[in-house]
Order: sequence, then structure tokens, then C-alpha cells
Amino acid sequence: MNGFDSYRLRARADVARLVFVAAFVVLCGAFFRTQVIQHDKFQLKAVTNRLRPISLTPPRGSILDRHGRVIAENVPGYSVKLLASSSDSLRAVLVRVQRFVPVDSARVVDIIERYKQARYQPALIFGDASFEIIAKLEEHRSVLPGLVIQAEPKRLYPAGKSVAHLAGYVSEVTEVDLKADRYPGAVLGSIVGKAGLERQYDDTLRGNEGVRYIEVNARGRLVREGAASASLPPTPGNPITTTIDLELQRFIDSIWPAKVRGAMVALTPNGEVRALYSAPTFDPNSFVGGISSSDWRRLNTDPARPLLNRVIQARYPPASPFKLAISAMALKRGLIRLGTRMPEPCRGGMRLGNRVFRCWKKDGHGMLDLIGAVAGSCDVYFYQLGLQLGLEAIIQDGVFLGFRDKSGIDLENELSPIWPSSMAYFDRLYGPRHWSPLGTTLNFSIGQGENTQTLINMVKFYQGLAGPGTVVTPFIVRPSATKERSLGLSEKELDALRHSLIAVMERGTAVASRRADLAVAGKTGTAQNPHGEDHGWFIGFAPADKPELIVGGIMEFAEHGTTVAPYVVQALRRYILGPAAVGPVKMGVLLDETLTPQRDTAPRPLELNPDSAAARAAEDSLRRAEIAR
Amino acid sequence: MRGPAIDRNLVMVSLSLMLFGLATLYSAGQTDVPTRAAGVWHRQFVWFGVGIVACVVVYNVSLRVLEWLAPALYAFSVLLLGVVLVVGTGAGTAESSHSWLSIGGHQIGQPSELAKVATVLMLARFLSSRKEAPRSLPDLIGPALIVGVPFLMVLKQPDLGSALVFVGIFFAMLFWSGVRPRLLFLMATPGISLLLAFNTLAWGLWIIVFVLILIAWRPYVWDWTMFLAANIAMGAIAMPLWTRLAPYQQNRLLTFLNPEADPRAAGYHAIQSRVAIGSGGWFGTGYTEGPQKRLAFLPEQHTDFVFSVVGEELGFLGVFVALSLFLMLFLVLLRIARRATDPFSSLMVFGIIGLFFTHVFENVGMTVNLMPITGIPLPLFSYGGSFFIICLLCLGVALRVAHDSRASGYPDT
Repeated sequence: MNGFDSYRLRARADVARLVFVAAFVVLCGAFFRTQVIQHDKFQLKAVTNRLRPISLTPPRGSILDRHGRVIAENVPGYSVKLLASSSDSLRAVLVRVQRFVPVDSARVVDIIERYKQARYQPALIFGDASFEIIAKLEEHRSVLPGLVIQAEPKRLYPAGKSVAHLAGYVSEVTEVDLKADRYPGAVLGSIVGKAGLERQYDDTLRGNEGVRYIEVNARGRLVREGAASASLPPTPGNPITTTIDLELQRFIDSIWPAKVRGAMVALTPNGEVRALYSAPTFDPNSFVGGISSSDWRRLNTDPARPLLNRVIQARYPPASPFKLAISAMALKRGLIRLGTRMPEPCRGGMRLGNRVFRCWKKDGHGMLDLIGAVAGSCDVYFYQLGLQLGLEAIIQDGVFLGFRDKSGIDLENELSPIWPSSMAYFDRLYGPRHWSPLGTTLNFSIGQGENTQTLINMVKFYQGLAGPGTVVTPFIVRPSATKERSLGLSEKELDALRHSLIAVMERGTAVASRRADLAVAGKTGTAQNPHGEDHGWFIGFAPADKPELIVGGIMEFAEHGTTVAPYVVQALRRYILGPAAVGPVKMGVLLDETLTPQRDTAPRPLELNPDSAAARAAEDSLRRAEIAR
Repeated sequence: MRGPAIDRNLVMVSLSLMLFGLATLYSAGQTDVPTRAAGVWHRQFVWFGVGIVACVVVYNVSLRVLEWLAPALYAFSVLLLGVVLVVGTGAGTAESSHSWLSIGGHQIGQPSELAKVATVLMLARFLSSRKEAPRSLPDLIGPALIVGVPFLMVLKQPDLGSALVFVGIFFAMLFWSGVRPRLLFLMATPGISLLLAFNTLAWGLWIIVFVLILIAWRPYVWDWTMFLAANIAMGAIAMPLWTRLAPYQQNRLLTFLNPEADPRAAGYHAIQSRVAIGSGGWFGTGYTEGPQKRLAFLPEQHTDFVFSVVGEELGFLGVFVALSLFLMLFLVLLRIARRATDPFSSLMVFGIIGLFFTHVFENVGMTVNLMPITGIPLPLFSYGGSFFIICLLCLGVALRVAHDSRASGYPDT
């Protein structure tokens, strides 16, 4: 074949050599670009490829009572997590986990759903695993790829259900909360306070999460822990010291009758909350490590609504305890003095126009002065006093005394009480001339009508009566910035009102609960309840001459305030006289003491207005509209 | 018959590459996660021995015997390709193709590897038997048929990577036989047209440019009509051809253009390979220490992506050394081709260069996303018996050619 002479071959070889060198340069260039110029970018990719951050839960700050006793603390716990490369492999491993320890199927669905939101984070299987679970899983680690067992501080409430509504509970932050940024600094998987003090002081308690890196392979399985990258230790949260007296808190829980719904709260004259209890209660420890869906459903669907904090989130007609507010208004306006009698004596009722308005006592109280009227809780006396005041004055003074405002206690989700802002309220609600000013006045003067209050708000008012005539915003941890507000009563008037409250205990409606060892002042009440048995109130303080503690209690469907009184008196004695005075608690004895002939029943409010429940709903929507504006 | 000494340069370069490759394969098996690569270096060690024996055997066979055997070998390999199309199985990155010949469940080799060498021999024999290098299109019908038959059969498997190697061999050997570069370029134009056909505007411009080139170069009437027709035909069949590609081939070509389009599936190999290489930096993460490989992020680290291990663990420095060795291999082979005693030997060696070069450029190029991903092994590095032995057979042939030319009086250097 021609063309293979050395001259032509040399020419072709030169071209070929050029091609080889060019290819070499191109390849070297491509590698130089990837390995040297873009090294940082690919180095980062390589690291994120194989290092997975695992967040380290910070120990939450403790919650202590005023003597340093523990309301909430941390104990060592274990969390179990799984690393997975896909939801299918996660499901496969979960099936294997189920062979060794029970995981209910709803939980499996839940775990996989959550995994899909954050694929690079290990999926949480057990937030609080027992030693048996850990031991079983460790034993079978070889068939459970991606298993991460981590020592984590877990929350413990040693006092359990007795502090449930006070302390609240913790749980993993929800997506909704994250979107709304309700918990600044929280990330997916953070444990945050959901109620009570845990919620209110979450910023202080939570601390900052740390991070630790583990090395995984291409299938997302753990290769080794504590890989090259440094880990960031978590910052523990700060403890908070409360004004609570844990022993009193536990005592109230121990005496509270089973299956009775209600609440009790104890304040000092300067606004410190000594106890805050709501029933039925729940065990806040059941939320630690994630509450099971069946428990959660039970708590939420229980008609008794155990999650409701009845101290701040339930409104009741204030009933007879409100007569002290009416008295205060009249005294302040100079309408009456202590000895003032009303024109008409109580004959079990009072005729007005062509109708008779009844007193709870059918036999009648006769002629009474203010002290006697409070002690006997005479409705007829207060009907007349209310008429003298006039509805407009009652509403105005009620706003002044704080019955339209929240108490301002440092707990979230306190309900606003219902109290009209002015007379125009009734026109808005029912339409002009569709309501009776006269009937409404009578209702208001005995604490019924368009007036519902939270327990804390009523106790706050009584704290004003017990102290030097100023109401202080109640607080559990830090005093509120808002100033105390004067009731506008002189020392003498206050003294008189206190005496009327002592009379309630000495010879009035609560005489059955009287104990020789402690002078208690207080007021019973029976709130008319359109949905069933009436609610019972009792708010009292002791010692009567120099009050140290104000305790208010409400029991739903208790029928009478006299039922509640012994419990409140016991709480006062426990706090002031110490544990020896109350001795070991005998529930039966306490309940027997309530059997007394002296009972104030709720007078039926006049059926002039539509159902008050509907009125309350209307009020709420009006208020929301006002806020929106 | 041993007169002059063996070509020491070729032996040194080849042995260096083989040892480098074996060391890389050993490292490829050092993972924290069990992978198929774990014990391959043991088996490759066996192939290493078998390959050297094959090399020595071929070295002792007269080139005339090879020339005489070429048609039979070619026919046999085409027959095997036919068999494999019917009963072949897939492997590696191309599980669904029909490139492997298996007997009783054991994969014994890829006939396409044998066909590459057989085609080189056959084409060398055909071209060297002619008086002149092909000057026009009719002259190219023979070579086109010789390469075209195995090319199409391999394409049918489908094995795009190996098919590309046939194209490389075809152009390399025609070039070496003395075909004018213009004609080679014109033959490449249908391919250019095929690629540009996916953009109508680019393709239209290309046809105008092409017509201008035809006017300037004035080839034979028959030639230019055929080339023009082929270019237009390619533009027309491009889309139907695309839709006939297997989905994994489409994905590979698409992810070559944009690996991030589907990072978890089709683009996974391309991305992970670049991440491994890129994280190597100047000096690498250290021999056997590469985390991407150790944790199995790097796919097929013992076969198609063995070079990524070099990149990750030995860094740019290691890559430079390896590529330099390959460059030296090509230059040594080129000198052997130049000094061969006869056109057959010369063409044969250059065909071997074409084979190796296509493999190296495509394989190394795809690890840095310079080339689309096609399952094609790196000569002397990738794990696999049949290809390794074929490579050593080729080196044996080249050694023999070098020996013969020395025997006939060329100086040693």
C-alpha cells in the first residue's frame, strides 16, 4: 500500500500527537477546574453528603416553688431515632422494630409523615424510651440500620397531676407554631412549652439546641458517631422560681373531691399566687416524649375538658360574691353607710310593679343593715341597693373595679370576663327597647345577667378587699408592670366590708364551715347555671383581721356555695396554721360538714333576655370585631 | 527467533499503568459498607496473570498469522454479537442491555470487546491490501461495512459506549491509512447534523455552512450529493431516533447536559463522581481513605468510575500522573505504528491506539462530566476479565510489531 513512506507517516504522526496532547490538556483542564478551582464547593457537597446533623436537646430550666421545691425538673432519658434514606426503607426498619418493641400503627404513619418533612434528619421513634426498650433495640442493633439512641434530658413533674394546669406541659413544636413564629428560635423537633408556666416562660426555660454530627453512608446508615466535625453543646435553659407554695398546691389536690369540676386559686395580699388548681386534672408527665394519640384524643374529647384551666379559662356568673362589688360601689358613691337599711324589709321577695322578685330565703330576712345583708346574702336588700345605684352607675363602676379586664396573671390564654362597656351594649345586643333596664339592674345587683367572671378575676377583687384597698395584678413568677389599682374605698369602708365577710362565717351562710382556730372572712355564692345544677362559689381570706392569704374556689354543679366553703377554709388553715392543723385529710368528713340547713340558693334571674349563652357568644364576636378595628 | 530486545518503553508504561490500576482497584474495595467491589482486586490479580500470559503468547505469534486469521476472527466475533443479541444479559450501569454472554448463569465476557480487536485486524487487513488510501465515498464502502456491521449490532444491544469505540477506531484507522482529512470531516458531518437537529435554527445554519463548504472544496459529484443527502436525512430522523433510544440512554444524555435535573436517579452517578473528584483537591484524601468511596456514595467505583477513586484519594496530582502515563502510552504506541515494517502492522497498532484512546477519553471524561455517561471501562484500570485480557492482547500485538521493526533494522530509540 502506498502512503506509508516515512515522510507522510511523520506528518500524520505529528497530527496524531497533537490530538493526544490536546486531549491530555483538555482532560487535565477539566480535572483542574473540578479539583482545584471548584474544590471548596465539592468539598462542602462531600461533607453534607455524609454528615448528618442531629440536634441535641438542651436541658430545660427547672420550675421551683418559693422554697426551692421542684415543680418541674429534668431527669436523664433516652430518645430513639432512625436514619433512613427513603420512606420505604424507614418503613421496612420500623416493621423490624415492631418485632422487638410495640409501636402502634397510627404512630408508624405519623413517623413516616414527619420523616417526609425533613429527610436528612433522623426520624424520632420514641421520645422517651424505657430501659427495656433501649436494651432490646441495642441487642438487635445489627438488623436495625440507622438506629440512633441518644441520652436526652427529659421533663419530670414530681408533683404530677397536682401541678398540671400551673406548670403546663411540654411537647414538640408543631408546624403551625413554627410558621407563626410563636416560639422564636425553635426549629422542627424542638421541645417547647405548650401550656401554663412552660408556655408563658418558654423563652427563659427552653435554652438553645446544640448539634452533633454523625457520619452516614450512601444508604443513610450510621457509620460512626462524633465524626470529624466539631459538635456544638446545647445551652441549658434558665430556672424560674415561682411564688407557688408546692405543699399548699399538693394539699388542694389531695382534698379536692373526685369527679368534681372546678378550680381553686390562692393569692397573697400583694398579688403572689400561692396555688392554682383546676379539676379535673391530668398528668403532665404523660406528654413527655410525645403523648400517645389515644391519650391525646381522650384528653380532648372528655366532656369534663381536663385540659381547660378553670382558674383563667372558664367564666361563671359571679353570683353572691359579687354583692361585695355592689356594696363597694354604693359605699364609694356615698349612697349608703354600714348601718343603712333599705326602705323595704325582706319578706322573701319584693314587689316591683306587677311582679314579685324573690329572695333565696322564702321566709325572708326581715330588716337588715349592710353587714346583715352580706352575711345573709339577702337578695331583696341588694335589689333595692342596685335600683338606688342605677344600671349605668353599676356598669361604670364595674369597669372601674376591673370586671371588664383580664386579671393579667402571667399565664397565657386567659379569658376576658364579660361585662358591658356601657348601656349601649344592651341596645347592640338585643336592640333598643327589646330589653328591660329594670330587670337587668336587678339581675346585675345580685351578680347575674350579662356578667361572667373568671375565678382569678373575682379573687383579685377580694384581694383588694383583704389588703389596703388596692388590687394588684396577680403573678406567679414576675410581677406585672401594670400598676396596682385602688378600689376607691376608705380604710373604714374596707374594714366594714371585711366585717360583713366575717359575719358570713360567724353567723351567715357559711357558718357550718367555721373553725375556732382560724378567723376566716368570706362569701358564698351560687351561680345560676342554665345547663344543669348550679355552680358553687366561695371566696375567703384569713386571718380575717390581718389577711395573709385569699383563696377562691368554684365547683361546677355543686348546687351551693356552702359546699365549696369547707375546702377553701381547709386550704386557708393548711397555709396559715401548717400541716398539723389539718391533719391527715379525710375526704368523707369534709363532705359531711357541708350538710347544713343554711343554704343560699340562686334566685332565678328574670327571663327577660335571650339565653345568656347566646348573649355571651354575641358579646365575644362584638369584642373580636372591636379588636379587629 | 529472539534477536533484538523487547520494547522497554512500552513494557514500562504498560506495567506502570497496570500496577496503578491494580492499586486503585484494591482501594476501591476498601469501603466501610459492603459493596461488590470488596474482593475484586483478588480476582483482578488472577486476570493480571492470565493477561500477561495472553500478552506473551501473542507476542510470540507472527503478525502474518494474525493477518491470515483476521477474517475468521472477525466473522466469529460478529457471530458472537449475533448470539448475544438473542441471549445476552446486562450488567453494571447497564443492567437492561444485552452485552454479556453468559453460560449457565456465569457471565463469561462481552463479545463487543473481542469485536473491537477483530474489527481493528480486519480493517487493517482490508486497508493494507489496497493500493491507495480511499479517496472518495465509493472507496469507503468496504471499511464502512467492516466497522458498520459490529457497530450497529453493538448499538442494538444497546451499548452506546462501545459503539462509540467503533467510530473512534474507524476514523483513527482511515486517518492513518492516508485518507484526506477533508474526506474524514465530510464523513463526520452527518453526525454533526444529527446533534444539531434538536435545534431547528442551529441545524438550518449548519446546512447553509455545509453547502458553502461543499462549494469551496468541490468534492466528486457523487460524494457531495450523498453527503448532503445524509446530512438532511440525519436532520429528519433525529427525533424518531431519539424516541427509539432506551429511557436510560435518553436520561444519560440529558443528565450530561444538566446533572442536577434529576439528582437522585439519572444524574446521581454524574454528581457523585464529580463530588468525589472535586473533594480530592490538589493532593487527595489519601490512598484508600476517600470518604465518598468508603461510604459508598461513589457508584461503580471498581468498574466505570474507577478513575474517580484516583481523583478523590490522590487528588489532582494523582490524576495528572495517571493521565501522563496514558499520554506516554499513546506516544509510545504512535512511535511503534510509525516504525512498523508494513502497512498492516502499522494500521493495526494505530487501530489499537484508536481503541484505547476512545476508551480513555470517554471514560475519564465522563467522570468529570466532560462526556456523557456510557458504561465503558478504563483500559488497565477497570475491573473485568474480558476487557483486561483484550487490552493485554493488544499490547502483545504492539510489542510484536515493535520487535519486528527492530529486527528489520530500526534503532532502539
